[in-house]
Amino acid sequence: MGVAGVGALAVLAAMCLAMFRALRGPTVYDRILAVNHFGTLTVLLIAAAGFLSGRPEFLDISLVYCLISFIGTVAVLKFFEYGDLGHAGRRDRPPAVRESGAP
Amino acid sequence: MEYLINTVLLALLAVTAGAIAYLRNLFAAVMLVGIYGLLTAAIFVILDAVDVAFTEAAVGAGISPILMLAALALTGREQTAPTSPSGAGIAIVLATGGALVWGTLDMPYFGDPLAPVHVHVAPRYLEGTLSEIGIPNAVTSVLASYRGYDTLGEVFVIFTAGIGAIVLLGNRRGD
Repeated sequence: MGVAGVGALAVLAAMCLAMFRALRGPTVYDRILAVNHFGTLTVLLIAAAGFLSGRPEFLDISLVYCLISFIGTVAVLKFFEYGDLGHAGRRDRPPAVRESGAP
Repeated sequence: MEYLINTVLLALLAVTAGAIAYLRNLFAAVMLVGIYGLLTAAIFVILDAVDVAFTEAAVGAGISPILMLAALALTGREQTAPTSPSGAGIAIVLATGGALVWGTLDMPYFGDPLAPVHVHVAPRYLEGTLSEIGIPNAVTSVLASYRGYDTLGEVFVIFTAGIGAIVLLGNRRGD
């Protein structure tokens, strides 16, 4: 087993650990961090699998995955900061999370 | 090695799906949906379906958790306690699942080169894709060229749906 194989196994083990943290929590930020970590590990796994099968051109795909994972994390954190995804960034509206009733 | 990677990824996928069904905290469930999308995308890459993996990563891991978060912002973060499951419902679900598993028993083995799907029209596409289309990835050439009218129809459907959503929702900002 080459270096890429050992790396893939290590990434799989780290995926199990991140999954444990996503399942257990206990806070929301643990879960956000777990998902972000999982995105990074997916990127690494794709890279390792590309070298395993002898086609490292799949590295481009892992770069795009990095961008998607980053945007997703930013969206989740923005939701938690403002309670709204269409927010311009200033705190001039109350968070929408606790509102009830009115659409 | 690839077999081992597939096994671990599919096991993690099963754990994620079970946890999504089990958790009462809806925010945690949305986060797990994101992980589910990432795992599916990784499996697609391992299976060499790169463009499908792109779509899954963008939609399954990127857009759909965000849409669910937006829905959570309008509702609440906790799921109400479910009604106790009825015996008839469990029986129907188990019977349907068992029938589906039973239906897979006489299907060709996974990856079998002699399966009908691999000997009917696939060789013709695989042989012709470089000379006829010029795209090295056979999946992409089938999606974008051999099956091009179908893909064009899908684009029409999505475009129409987008126009409909804009017409229905677009003018409400000033209200």
